[in-house]
Order: sequence, then structure tokens, then C-alpha cells
Amino acid sequence: MKPSLGQQLDTLARRLFPSAVTLFLVLLAAIPLHIPGFARVAPILALIGIYHWTLYRPDLMPARAVFLIGLLQDIVGGGPLGLYTTVFVIAYGITMSQARFFSGKGFVVLWAGFAAVALAATVLAWLIAAFMEGELFDVGAPLLQWILTVGIFPALSRLFLRWQPVLPTTV
Amino acid sequence: MNDRPKVVSRFTQPMRGLLHRFAYFGLVAAAFGLMMLGKVDALLMDRLRVHVVDVVAPIMDALSRPAAAVHNVVVKSREVARLHEENVRLRAELDTLRQWETVARRFEVENESLKTLLQWAPPPEAKFVTARVIADTGGAFVHSMIVDAGERYGIRRGQAVMSGEGLAGRIAAVGGRSARLLLLTDLNSRLPIMVERTGTRAIAAGDNTSVLRLVYLSDGGEVAPGDRIVTSGHGGVFPPGLPVGVVISVADNGVLVRPFVDRARLEFVRVVEFGLSGILDMPPLPRKEQLGRRRAAAAPAPGSEGGGGQ
Repeated sequence: MKPSLGQQLDTLARRLFPSAVTLFLVLLAAIPLHIPGFARVAPILALIGIYHWTLYRPDLMPARAVFLIGLLQDIVGGGPLGLYTTVFVIAYGITMSQARFFSGKGFVVLWAGFAAVALAATVLAWLIAAFMEGELFDVGAPLLQWILTVGIFPALSRLFLRWQPVLPTTV
Repeated sequence: MNDRPKVVSRFTQPMRGLLHRFAYFGLVAAAFGLMMLGKVDALLMDRLRVHVVDVVAPIMDALSRPAAAVHNVVVKSREVARLHEENVRLRAELDTLRQWETVARRFEVENESLKTLLQWAPPPEAKFVTARVIADTGGAFVHSMIVDAGERYGIRRGQAVMSGEGLAGRIAAVGGRSARLLLLTDLNSRLPIMVERTGTRAIAAGDNTSVLRLVYLSDGGEVAPGDRIVTSGHGGVFPPGLPVGVVISVADNGVLVRPFVDRARLEFVRVVEFGLSGILDMPPLPRKEQLGRRRAAAAPAPGSEGGGGQ
């Protein structure tokens, strides 16, 4: 039996859920929190979404979605265009290549994995920014940004796990 | 018969993997291409960028409100706690200001009479638009913000953005209902300034930290910690005299200035049109490497250095 239009739309919405939430994280990260010194080290929330869903539901987090998320991050962020697009796509590639290793592993291993991926992403972003602007940036801010991003990972990842039942089952 | 799908899958599986890999590397290449494109035509990319920001601006506007409300509550409660102290301080300040008022009045009269003597032509009057900061973006590599007013409200590229304390930055890109504000502390921000006390001129350059660095400080220029830094009006983008910051240290490796405007406290800003066209309307300056090449070929154009532009 062919599913009705409503059902099809429902499935589509559920399929788009991970990418949509991650896109939303890009905007969420840009909220002015009015905390002195915070804006420079605000965590890259979108990276958490990308990593989480690449491991849990790679079918719902395709590379092209990662590309778009990175593009939005660049557009909203105002930095060199393509910086986070490249960083996110490469972080996705690293995660994807290690997906077999992570499957069935406990939360702490996933967290450590995220720390490694986020560190690679931070270093890469720094290198690209340095190359694009012709300036060696201060490493303190990106480092603190990395620590904050890794620190907030458990909270967001747990939240995503709770939402997991919303997602359509794999076919 | 039965093993036929298996044969197919044995064949298609690697093909699929190959295709996926191909698509993936295509995306990596596209991302790199994007960077090159952004380098080659920064202006076009900026224009495309603001249109996307325009689309998401209402969402960011809505998202920023709760955070702003919490911030206001925090600020208010802190104020209530310090009410008495604050009152005493303000009274003392008022006494000083009363004296200043007398001085100012005298100067105003004197100024008026001197102006009539000199038949002085007043500068165009400043108009301003108040805008709300809806996104504080950029992270470690950019210092910029997005405000919720754009072309529709008469906002143009290059306009000064001020808060009550002083100059915050300038408008770098404008969309229909949003605009990007490049803060003074951004790496690409160069502001012609002068030391208020001595009139020594220099450029205040951002370097993505919370302070500004004075470069091209004229030789023998006198500057000491505690000096107020104001815009010099060179480059014709901003009028002279806008408060920028205060000198915090003078050392061999440079003079550091702390801006009056605190990024974390910015919520409402004034985007000011001073009626100065300035040099920002000129064709964009060539980027560093092209500039180098051009310099090798010919002398640089006058005014290409030290503009309010990037």
C-alpha cells in the first residue's frame, strides 16, 4: 500500500530531523550571550551534531548535508568563506572512516573520539584561517573553544539519543 | 538462480562505495573551491552571504531575545544590589560634571562666536538608526556581529556603529533586513585615530584579541598609558573625535588600546550616517598579494594605506 501524503511528509520530516537540528545548532551557537570574552571561544555546536549522527545514523547525515551545515556556519560566522565547510566535511570523513571502530563502544569512547575529531577540526580551522588571512592567530582562543565544545558534547549527545526514537527506522 | 542478486550486490557494493567516495571527494574539492572563490571575489561572496543571513535573521532575532532578557535581569539585579554605592558615586560625578557644564557652556559661546568670525561651514548632520544585535558570531577567527536592521532602514556599508560608550565598529555588509557589523577588534579592521591629548596620529589595528594595537604611529609621537584615543577623521569615513578607547600599555612591541565598547555588553547599537562618502565607495582595494605585485609594478595609489576599509 502506498503511504498517504501525510505519512510521506511525516517520514520526510523525520529523515531531515538530524540535519535540521544541526543547522539549528549553527544559529544557536551565534546567540549573543553577553558573557564577557565568551564570543571568541563559543563552542562549535554543529560539530557535535555532525559527529553524533554520523556515528548513530549515517544514513540521515549524508556528506552533502554536512557541506550545507558548514556553509551556513561560514555564512553566519562571517569568517573566510569555505573554512568551516572544509573543516566539517573533513571531520565527517574522519568520523566516517572510524565508524566501524566506534560501533558498539561505550559513551566514554565516543566522547574521547569526539575530543580527537574536534581537536583535528580545531587545528585544521586554525591552519586554514592562518593560510587565508596570512596571519598566525593566537592559539589560546581556539584551544579554549575546543575544550568548551568537548565539554558540552555529553549534554547534547544525550539529548540527541533521547530524540532517537523520533527518527525513521533504517530500511 | 538464487545467487543472482548476490552477484549483483557483489558488483554494486564496491561500485557504490566508489561512487560515495567520489561524491565525498567532490564535496571536499567544492569546499576548497569555495575558499578560493571567497578569496578571488570577496565582495560578491559577501553580498551572497548577507542574503542568506537575511533569511535566517528572524530566527536569530527570536533566539537572541531570551538570552537578552536573562542578561537584562542579571544586570538589573546587580544594579539593585549596588544601588546605594552607585548613588554616592553618581552624586560625586554629578558635582564634577556641573563644573564641566560651566566650562562647556563657556566654550560653546566662544565656539559660536569664532565660527561666525570664520564663516565656518558645518559638517552634514548625523542621522542614526538604532539596531539590535541578533548574533555574536565568528569564534576565534573573526570579530563580527549581525544586527537586525538593513538596507530598508537606510543602512549602508561603511557606516559607523556606536554604542553609548563609543565606536564599536563599522558596517561591513548589508542585507535587506540585517547587516554585519565588523568590530574594531577584528583582524581586518584598520581605523585612523589620534591621541586626543597630543594629536598624534596612528592606525588602530584589530588583531582578533580584545585590545587594539597602534600601528604607523608617527615618529616621536607622544603617547602614554591612560590617553584617550579618538578617530582622526582621516580616510573620510568617520568624522574626527569619536571615542575609540584608552591606552593601556606602551611598550617596545607596540601600544595597546582597550576599546571603550565592551563586545559582551552590546545589545542595542546606533548605526550612524555622518554624510561622509569616504573612501569605502571606491573600488575595493586589492588584496595583500595583489597589492604586493602592484607595488612592484608602480607606486601605491595615494590613500590606499590606512583607510577605514579593509
